[in-house]
Amino acid sequence: MAAGLPTEGTNALHPRAGDLARKDVPTCGLTEKLGDVQERARAEGWDAAVVVNDERVVFGLLRSEELGGDPEQLIEKAMRPGPSTYRPYVALHEMLHAMVDHKLVNAPITTSDGRLVGLLLQTDVAAAMEKEK
Amino acid sequence: MPKEIRREEVRKLVAAGAQLVEVLPSPEYEEDHLPGAIHLPMRRLDTEARTILDPKRPVIVYCWDTT
Repeated sequence: MAAGLPTEGTNALHPRAGDLARKDVPTCGLTEKLGDVQERARAEGWDAAVVVNDERVVFGLLRSEELGGDPEQLIEKAMRPGPSTYRPYVALHEMLHAMVDHKLVNAPITTSDGRLVGLLLQTDVAAAMEKEK
Repeated sequence: MPKEIRREEVRKLVAAGAQLVEVLPSPEYEEDHLPGAIHLPMRRLDTEARTILDPKRPVIVYCWDTT
């Protein structure tokens, strides 16, 4: 379940965090320069990027505030370290609650061993919940 | 003897015929369980395991939480 693999049961009928997480979110490493990541992310239409290691374990997050920093800075200095991550099976109403409560515009969705599944956007969750009504 | 195993080993064992058992109470099982999992709540494990499970095949017991 923590890996976002298929399950059976009533919850399996509704989309969950892992289903909605954007899998195409840009990623970068700790030793890259912020300017290079800014350029890459913006070229792909993103104002966020997730910092991962070679095994896609999440180390940090660059939201628009961090992405807009000094282009010469290294990612390890610019990133928001150790962001709260959520598991793929979390129900959308729980995610929306958590994201609104903690004022998160986006949140990394990871497996239980910390590997990135994707970035969940609060706007995507709200839209999906509206559609389910 | 019980042994802790990881996801990939679970998948291999299940493919080879192991019995997958979720031990959480009914509401949790009804909401979500691994494909093909047998429901045998913890409180009934001692009394019902021998009748429900095949002693000749490996048994994988699991539970889960939202953390």
